[in-house]
Amino acid sequence: MITTVSSAELPVGEHLLIQKNRLEPEELHGGEKRICIVTGTHGDELEGQFVCYELIRRINREKEHLKGIVDIYPALNPLGIESITRSIPIFDLDMNRIFPGNREGSIAENCAWDIVEDIKGADACVDIHSSNIFLMEIPQVRINENTAETLVPLAKHLNVDFVWVHASATVLESTLAHSLNSAGVPTLVVEMGVGMRITKKYCDQLTEGILNLMKELGIWEGETGPVIEPVISTDHHVGFINAGASGIFVPLIEHGDYVRKGQHMGDIVNPLTGDVEEKICACIEGMVFTRREYPIVYSGSLLARILGGVIS
Amino acid sequence: MKVKEIYSIKGPYREPMSVKGYYFGKGKKAACIVGSMRGNEVQQLYVCSQLVRALEALEKRGALVADNEIAVIPVVNTYSMNIEKRFWALDNTDINRMFPGYSGGETTQRIADGVFEKVKDYSYGIQFASFYHPGDFVPHVRMMDTGHTNESLANLFGLPFVVIRKPRPIDTTTLNYNWQIWESNAFSVYTKETDCIDEDSAKQAVAAVLRFLTRMGIIRYHSHSGYIASTIHEEELRVIRTDAGGIYRRYAAPGKEVECGEVMAEILHPYEGYVMSQVVAPVDGIVFFAHKKPLVTEHEIVYRLIRRLHT
Repeated sequence: MITTVSSAELPVGEHLLIQKNRLEPEELHGGEKRICIVTGTHGDELEGQFVCYELIRRINREKEHLKGIVDIYPALNPLGIESITRSIPIFDLDMNRIFPGNREGSIAENCAWDIVEDIKGADACVDIHSSNIFLMEIPQVRINENTAETLVPLAKHLNVDFVWVHASATVLESTLAHSLNSAGVPTLVVEMGVGMRITKKYCDQLTEGILNLMKELGIWEGETGPVIEPVISTDHHVGFINAGASGIFVPLIEHGDYVRKGQHMGDIVNPLTGDVEEKICACIEGMVFTRREYPIVYSGSLLARILGGVIS
Repeated sequence: MKVKEIYSIKGPYREPMSVKGYYFGKGKKAACIVGSMRGNEVQQLYVCSQLVRALEALEKRGALVADNEIAVIPVVNTYSMNIEKRFWALDNTDINRMFPGYSGGETTQRIADGVFEKVKDYSYGIQFASFYHPGDFVPHVRMMDTGHTNESLANLFGLPFVVIRKPRPIDTTTLNYNWQIWESNAFSVYTKETDCIDEDSAKQAVAAVLRFLTRMGIIRYHSHSGYIASTIHEEELRVIRTDAGGIYRRYAAPGKEVECGEVMAEILHPYEGYVMSQVVAPVDGIVFFAHKKPLVTEHEIVYRLIRRLHT
């Protein structure tokens, strides 16, 4: 059943609508568990679109196995998605920096408030992101260290390659995940793929993981495939490689490759002079879990992240 | 006056972006003024340019008090300003959300770090800032309540209002917040405009900074004493939101006194032109912020009112 979570009248003949699709068993007995799948906070991150479609298709195909409630919110920022805009178009505001929102605030804060209020009370939430247009990520769950104890066991069911437990930062307290975790909804942030694209292999992998998590929560009794045992970052060092020069980044390694310390990973070149401005080498040995896709770089642009100690 | 490059970054094809600092006097780091941090902050750039002119003239007249250095950084993000983008053009990140910066981080973190290294350690930090809501304000000084706040200093600008804001998580990466954490007294000065020039409020802003520097014993400048500021906590401002989207017809500009029940704006049907909704003053007060664009959405904040202070 499709319902509207938040609505606001736009100036000319249109409403901003945030909608969800609720899938539930034919008969409810009370006490069913509920999972929320949310995506599209950033309008340029589209991997979650296919996951939502595929999840609905899989559930509807075997509806008899559904034992709980699944709420799917494919577009928290619909204006951004339809205008290739990462932020909320009218305000140029990152939607993931205004949660939990404010009923008395601006239109954007009001929408954020409606979303959080609608999700509250759920037993779990999966917030699907797809990096940005610059970086390709392997399927991973990112968890604030303050919530690791609760969330790492859940993340292991999601069929991702990697669980990154990162340090907390005050600025991240305005994300949807932080607001929901604070409100008692265990929320897992998935990052995978790259902005403006759909990487079907990753989407299929995560869909299987969500069904597996639903099974663990007692929401799904259908068949699920084997689940990857993820690498947990707390056991490994993460190496960052940032550009030291400006120019055009030409990688020599593939996303997901294993590299040795000092291995030549790519070059920043100058198409005007024909010079190599910087030779990029691996800072540590490990697996390349983030790789730059967008070639134009300035000094500081992130080129790769390596998960140390992970050997092929 | 000395001009120094305080930070530079090279683009693949563009000329390097060079952030310039203008320095007046020498001695202890007294005051640092930062202008445009975002590409559309033209008024902020203009105000700084006029301040540089004024300080240069004062320095030539010997009106700087000895053992004080004043720095003015008129603009940080020239790359975006030159192509009419608000944020860093390659990745749309906001330099004013990257402080205190990180020298080993992403591009805008590096810019923030490079700039912060040069603007910190001054006794007073003054930024000409802009707000993400489209609209205009009465000129005012804004401070973050970080626990290091000295409200009485903000009164010395002689602007009509001082606004104290309780910082939210998103504010913790702004220049103003980090200045205070690094123990500078930090103020954000808001004039009327952002992406176009308003001469009157620009003059008012320049005069306010010169008045402040005079009162802090950094320069000798004769000006009228300005306003005795009213201090307002941001949460006390009465927010007025729309109940419909459409064409917006504004009647009350910033600074206007309104009475309870007064029609401050109307929202017209976009196709048929009739008045769908009226925006009515809920209390007696003074318009602090007013939406300016010709269209509005539902739930949009169109006014913030200062309730009448003296009844």
